[in-house]
Amino acid sequence: MLDELDKKIIAAMQKELALVSQPYREIADAVGISQDELLSRLEKYWHSGQIRRMGAVLRHRKVGYTANALCVWQVPEIQIRRVAAQVISYPLVSHCYARVAHTEWPYNFYTMIHGHTRDECRALADKIALETGLEDYVMLYSTREWKKTSMRYFGG
Amino acid sequence: MLTEFDKSLLNIIQSDLALSKQPFALIAERLGTDEATVIDRIRRLKDQGYIRRIGAFFDSARLGYTGTLLALEVEAEQIEKVVELINSYPGVTHNYEREGRFNLWITLLTSNVEEEKRIVSVIESLPGVNRLLNLPATEKFKVNVQFNLE
Repeated sequence: MLDELDKKIIAAMQKELALVSQPYREIADAVGISQDELLSRLEKYWHSGQIRRMGAVLRHRKVGYTANALCVWQVPEIQIRRVAAQVISYPLVSHCYARVAHTEWPYNFYTMIHGHTRDECRALADKIALETGLEDYVMLYSTREWKKTSMRYFGG
Repeated sequence: MLTEFDKSLLNIIQSDLALSKQPFALIAERLGTDEATVIDRIRRLKDQGYIRRIGAFFDSARLGYTGTLLALEVEAEQIEKVVELINSYPGVTHNYEREGRFNLWITLLTSNVEEEKRIVSVIESLPGVNRLLNLPATEKFKVNVQFNLE
C-alpha cells in the first residue's frame, strides 16, 4: 500500500526531471526529504513495477516514426497468450493488450504498430498475420493526434 | 539533424536513466564524454522537440488507477467540439482520430470505476457522439514505447 509520503513523492515525480547534475535532489527538497530517502523509495517503486520506466519519451513523429496504426485482431481466446508472446518481441509494437470484444466490434487483441511509413506498418502487420496464422484484423491509422500526455497521479 | 552522438544518447536515455545521485554522469561515462556535455545535449534535444518528457513513468494499474480505451463514432462536423470537452478531463491521456467507423480513440485513467462510469456517460451523451464502445483491457502484454535510432 502507498502511504501519504509515497503519494507526495509520486505526485512530485510527475514533473520533468531537471537537467542538472543532481536532478533527484530538487525533487527531494520539494518533498522535504533527503535525497537518499527519495532514491530508496524510488528504488522500491522500481522493483515493485510501480515505476515502469525511468527515462525519456521521444516525440515519435519528430524522430521519423510518422505512421502509427492501432491494429486490432480477432484471436481465439485459447491462442491469445501464444500470439502475444510472438507479437511483443517486435520493437515496433509498442503496446499489446487483450480487450473485451463487442458484437459490433469483435476484435479482442490490440497492437500499436509504429513505422516510418504506412507501408512499414502494413509490412509488420502482414508478417505478424503470417507468423500467427491470424486472418481477421483491421489497421486503424491515426490521422490526427488530439491529445497525448502523461497522467498526473495523485494531483501531481 | 541528429548526429550519431545524439542518436546514441537518445537510445540510452529512453530507458536507462539511473536512480542514482548523478544519473547523467553515468550516461556520460557510457558515451565517453562528460556530464556537462550530456546535460547540454539533452537540453538541446528537448528544445528542438525530440524529447517529449524525461522522468519517471508509472504503471497506472499498480498505483491503483483504472484504465480503459474508448472507441467513439463521432459526426465529422462535431469532432472539434467533442474533442475539446473530452480533452478537458485530466484522465484522458491519449486522444487520436483514426480512419474507420470509430473515428476517435481515447485512453482514460480514473481513480475508480465509478468515476470512469460517470465520465463515460457524459461523453456518450455529447451531441455528435453516435456510439461509444468501452474496451477495457483483460490482459496487458506490453507497454514500451521505445524507438531505436540508427
